[in-house]
Amino acid sequence: MDLTFSAEETAFRDELRAWLAANPAGAAPQHDEDAHYGWRREWQRRLADGGWAAVHWPVEHGGRGATLTQSAIFYEELAAAGAPLPANVLGLLLAGPTIMTWGTPEQQERHLVPILTAEEIWCQGFSEPDAGSDLAALKTRAVKDGDEWVITGQKVWTSMAQYAKWCMLVARTDADAPKKHQGLTYFLMDMEQDGVEIVPLKQITGESEFNELFLDGARVPEENVLGGVGNGWKVALTTLMNERSGLAFFLQVRMRQLLDDLIREASARGLMDDPVVADKLGELHLRCEVLRLTAYRGLTAIETYGQPGPEGSLTKWMWSDTNQQLTQLAADILGPEALTNGAPWAFELLRARGNSIEGGTTEILKNIVAERVLGLPRLK
Amino acid sequence: MHFDLTEDQKEIKRVARELLAARSTWARVREAAEAGAQYDPALWKELRELGWPGIAVAEEHGGQGLGAVELAVLLEELGYACAATPFLSTAAAAAAIQACGSEDQRTRWLPALASGEATAGIGTRALCADGVGADVLVLLERPSGEAMLVTGAEAAPLEAIDPTRRYATVSGGDGEPLGSGGAGAVAAGDRIRAAIAAEVVGVAQRALEMTLAYVKERRQFGVPVGSFQAVQNRCAQMLLDTESARSTALFAAWAADAAPERLPEAAALAAACAADAGRSVTASAIQAHGGIGFTWEADVHWLYKRAQLDAALLGGARQHRARLASLAAARVA
Repeated sequence: MDLTFSAEETAFRDELRAWLAANPAGAAPQHDEDAHYGWRREWQRRLADGGWAAVHWPVEHGGRGATLTQSAIFYEELAAAGAPLPANVLGLLLAGPTIMTWGTPEQQERHLVPILTAEEIWCQGFSEPDAGSDLAALKTRAVKDGDEWVITGQKVWTSMAQYAKWCMLVARTDADAPKKHQGLTYFLMDMEQDGVEIVPLKQITGESEFNELFLDGARVPEENVLGGVGNGWKVALTTLMNERSGLAFFLQVRMRQLLDDLIREASARGLMDDPVVADKLGELHLRCEVLRLTAYRGLTAIETYGQPGPEGSLTKWMWSDTNQQLTQLAADILGPEALTNGAPWAFELLRARGNSIEGGTTEILKNIVAERVLGLPRLK
Repeated sequence: MHFDLTEDQKEIKRVARELLAARSTWARVREAAEAGAQYDPALWKELRELGWPGIAVAEEHGGQGLGAVELAVLLEELGYACAATPFLSTAAAAAAIQACGSEDQRTRWLPALASGEATAGIGTRALCADGVGADVLVLLERPSGEAMLVTGAEAAPLEAIDPTRRYATVSGGDGEPLGSGGAGAVAAGDRIRAAIAAEVVGVAQRALEMTLAYVKERRQFGVPVGSFQAVQNRCAQMLLDTESARSTALFAAWAADAAPERLPEAAALAAACAADAGRSVTASAIQAHGGIGFTWEADVHWLYKRAQLDAALLGGARQHRARLASLAAARVA
């Protein structure tokens, strides 16, 4: 057991730190979503120029072939430096690796570089109004017309659709397949066409990170099927299973920074002497550290055994719970100023409600833990 | 970065699990408990012959020359078995004296503790585990957290709700700080808290496994009760709490030997996490067992009682959370 970084990991971290120090991301534009996204896009271009945009990608595709631990270090350092996630995060983490696994040489040649440089942004067309946690229930249909597929249906919770050139789209190509996860096909869909309508979804924060996607006769040429017609479930699983643990390290560091801010606020108000406040802050400190330690145990398990151990299923649940408690405590400590529109803490409080829903609701995560980790029987 | 046991440590764990499964069955634990908090003499003799009490004691003092992680591995397994022996106090006190004691203290106590010829008690004057008949006590001062070596004290039996271990209240005796006092004595206290936390991980793990086995077997309405989501969610929470305690207990054990500057925080994390997790996981185990879980005949209550006493030995989670809050505040100030 060794909880220190190896010489190689330390060298990676130091090189990255030096680069981040020499190349600060600068201040985030406030209250202007387009300007904020533009800032992240420019940031990714600079990361790509420095060879840092996709450290986990293989070297031949412009990455550094980073280990999982190095990838975790990358996201920890990015967050610690106050830098944002790269703009094309879905392309880098999901689309790119899925195309590397399933794509033809022509598809890889066409798509990987623009993903890396943020020249072409990607969004993910999986969720539908009636297919959230139950992805295989999706209803969007694709019908063959000559050498094109014609897509009709609705997608929802599509983040970055308004900036995206491409969409990872799963649609039903065989409505008569005996099981619902059969007869699906994975498409690389051009977003810039008449059959695609993007409607922003206003969320409880008042912002619009997400969109609805209305597809009415959108066309996808044959060569943009990924992984073969009827093979969409398997290709989609590649996207879903793709290693996103790096992102967890980014979020965990951001939560730690938020907690440190709250501790500063409490100290400034003389509240650290209040045993109730100290107890709650101590508990949040504990939870942040448990999350970090457990995430590192998960990395070791994947690096050693090729799959996560029982702890691997727990970190997203822990993170969302902790972030919600943290932002709620801020309202107690700061009072009305944390509940005022436009205040950063008010945004965090509201945004945190989404944490236990996005990327797998806590309820479904508990079901997965119960069935797949603990081996409990499924209710018939 | 490699946050997992080494192959050697896994082998120690495997051997301990097998040995205790054979020697410290629930029937044996029950026998010792129902005899009025007696220890299992045959088991203690065997552990002594294996040299376990001296696992974290240097070879020059008659120990095995291993460290805090190996001690934590054994403690987890003894907690898992809920074994009725004075192992926790004896091995943890020996490890603390080895790491933080003065030369005199080491020479005086380590050979006898490592062989198990002498036993120790740990805790406070109000609650001392394994204190009755112990040769030396390591008492944790509150609120400083310093460890004191106490001899010649009167340890009066305390009939605690956990009859798988002997507890005492302590009066009188001669005390001296472990080592030269101050930070070293606090570090000794941290090592003892880390050791108790490691035992709790085993207690929680056993409670979780017994519960999973039970809810898969027990049928109501024609199906296993483990297929009900309310039961499943409870089990998922038990796993989360157990793994959280394991992450922090391993971190504390590792820090004790490899990164002493991180031990104060690591021990507070482990103690706070274990104190709460042990109680909640074992309480859930009783609940998930339903009516049978509330009977003396089922064995889950031994784990619940051990977890309650371990939490009390740790001084409860709250003081450790307060320590964590002040450490965090100092860091961001």
